[in-house]
Amino acid sequence: MKSLLLKTGLGAGVAMMLASAAFADTTLTIATVNNGDMIRMQKLTDDFTAANPGIKLNWVTLEENVLREKVTADISTKGGQYDVLTIGTYETPIWGKKGWLVPLTGVDKVDDLLPAIRGGLSVEGKLYASPFYGESSFTMYRKDLMEKAGLKMPDAPTWDFIAEAARKMTDRANGVNGICLRGKAGWGENMAFLGATSNSFGARWFDESWKPQFDQPEWKKTLQFYIDLMKDAGPAGASGNGFSENLALFQTGKCGMWIDATAAASFVVDPKASQVAANVGFTLAPDAGLGKRGNWLWSWALAIPAGTKQADAAQKFVGWATSQHYLELVASKEGWANVPPGTRTSLYANPEYQKVPFAKMTLDSINSADPTKPTVKPVPYVGVQFVAIPEFQGIGTKVGEIFSSVLAGQTSVDDGLKQAQAFTMTQMTKAGYIK
Amino acid sequence: MARQTSPQRKLIVTLIAWTIGILMFWPILWTILTSFKTEQDAVLMPQLFSTGWTFENFGIVQERSDYLRFAMNSIILAFGSTLLGLVFAIPAAWSMAFSPSKRTKDTLLWMLSTKMMPPVGALLPIYLIFKDYHWIDQHIPVLVIMFMLNLPLVIWMLFTYFKEIPVDILEASRMDGAGVWQELTRVLAPMALPGIASTFLLNVILAWNEAFWTLKLTDVHAAPLTVFIASYSSPEGLFWAKLSAASTMAIAPILILGWFSQKQLVRGLTFGAVK
Repeated sequence: MKSLLLKTGLGAGVAMMLASAAFADTTLTIATVNNGDMIRMQKLTDDFTAANPGIKLNWVTLEENVLREKVTADISTKGGQYDVLTIGTYETPIWGKKGWLVPLTGVDKVDDLLPAIRGGLSVEGKLYASPFYGESSFTMYRKDLMEKAGLKMPDAPTWDFIAEAARKMTDRANGVNGICLRGKAGWGENMAFLGATSNSFGARWFDESWKPQFDQPEWKKTLQFYIDLMKDAGPAGASGNGFSENLALFQTGKCGMWIDATAAASFVVDPKASQVAANVGFTLAPDAGLGKRGNWLWSWALAIPAGTKQADAAQKFVGWATSQHYLELVASKEGWANVPPGTRTSLYANPEYQKVPFAKMTLDSINSADPTKPTVKPVPYVGVQFVAIPEFQGIGTKVGEIFSSVLAGQTSVDDGLKQAQAFTMTQMTKAGYIK
Repeated sequence: MARQTSPQRKLIVTLIAWTIGILMFWPILWTILTSFKTEQDAVLMPQLFSTGWTFENFGIVQERSDYLRFAMNSIILAFGSTLLGLVFAIPAAWSMAFSPSKRTKDTLLWMLSTKMMPPVGALLPIYLIFKDYHWIDQHIPVLVIMFMLNLPLVIWMLFTYFKEIPVDILEASRMDGAGVWQELTRVLAPMALPGIASTFLLNVILAWNEAFWTLKLTDVHAAPLTVFIASYSSPEGLFWAKLSAASTMAIAPILILGWFSQKQLVRGLTFGAVK
């Protein structure tokens, strides 16, 4: 028995030595965005390097658009500059299809990943990026103001209810706006909100033959509703407001409701940062009775570029950073409320995590988004608030600029839609989608 | 005899100068003040003043990033590329100013024309060369790019200064038996020193603030303060105050350098302006 133990111990020791020798002096360069969860991970990497002493980590933290440009340049030329990339649900299916990413093999308990998120990061059943955190969008509201308006927020509100509540909650003399929504131009800014909202009104970016649909009544209804609501109940200068501006407005009590990323929840209930922390309620994004809600689906995920020379070490790192063990590590150091949300089924089954006030609503919101059938009518594309084709970034940003100018009052709804239709038609024809 | 300036005229000129000065300094002042605000005040209070001043943002930036590494890279790239630029530009400008040929004017114009092309036009070939030779994130290749970027401007500035030096003085020194080296070091250099100093300072400032190429061609090892600033823009949460703190820390060294050398800068920039 003693000799068996000795042999096992020696064997384990040799295996560990071999494993660390295999990664001796391996340096992984990880490109990432600057958000709270990613910064937290950088502080916790001792846990990874202690278990993998041969692997060193270099971080490249950049602004989202700069990162996207650099990572795209690196991956399309197979530069090998980065070993691990932070990318989203927009890039993953496009890059996975082109063979620019390595299929992931080291992900801990793949079947535990939330199906909607996993689906958005897979191509033909193969996982090309492992979710670091996932998010949808939902409605955050002030319970005290709702009560004052004599209304009760339903679990699944309609747009009509939201509009009525927003108008009743508005008290501009006291600096309270009934609703705060994104207006800043950008495919990931106002178009994330408007794209998801348009789905609930039955609109779509393209029909089955890739013809743009801004000339259809569903888009007119979406945009007119948004503009009227913001005019009556939105904050001044809303065409410049994105996530950060609306977060600050909500935290300081200047918004009755805010429909935005589920990731905002931890910020609005943090009593250190939010003056309204005790009065915040959460509910699903609204619908218009057509069977689709106006919520999006997004995930920041870790992927490995095909040009890397350190694929094995990179697989190990991605496996660690997106594992259940990592979630527990964050919980032990910073509490369950700070765990990266929206990735694993087991997290939402954890009784400790269920105590977090926005946990259930986040899960329900993520589960109600379907990137493969985003809207009421059939579409030829994947993506809820975006269209997973390379041309979308340019088109989405331009259409976002047009709609932002409609919100600023510089263009009418009809003219804005005409411009969006004409621009998108030209781009899609140029790109060969429309013959 | 100097022309008399009326007090009203002096007052108006002073007021205009101050207005222009304040307008130009406004974004920097706004950034510096924002860096001392809370994140909420930074977003919600566009006015200059805050309800609660704080040093917290500097603490967070200091804790999260290796500022000294980025600053050291900025020093290496900015000073290195400028010094290298002077090594090439002084002889070039000297020869064009004092021994012009038929093609000097065309050469000068051609050099300036390279600055007219938007940098993005050269991005793809340069990026691919850097990738193939494994130069991305390496100090020397990035330094060379920055040197080439500012070289036309350095030559032009020095050429303008050198042109203001009367050729008669050089001829007189030759009559006294001075060789080319003595002419350069004993006669030309002391006279051109303010011009060289201001060219040096201006180009250090330009290279320090260069963001297009440094963001594209560096990541970790050679990344200067421009990359450090870019890492504080966030897709989520509030970040304006932290971003402003990072920007303030990034511009502080060059601002201090500019402050202390403003006499030389002004002297150099107005060199030869009044004959």
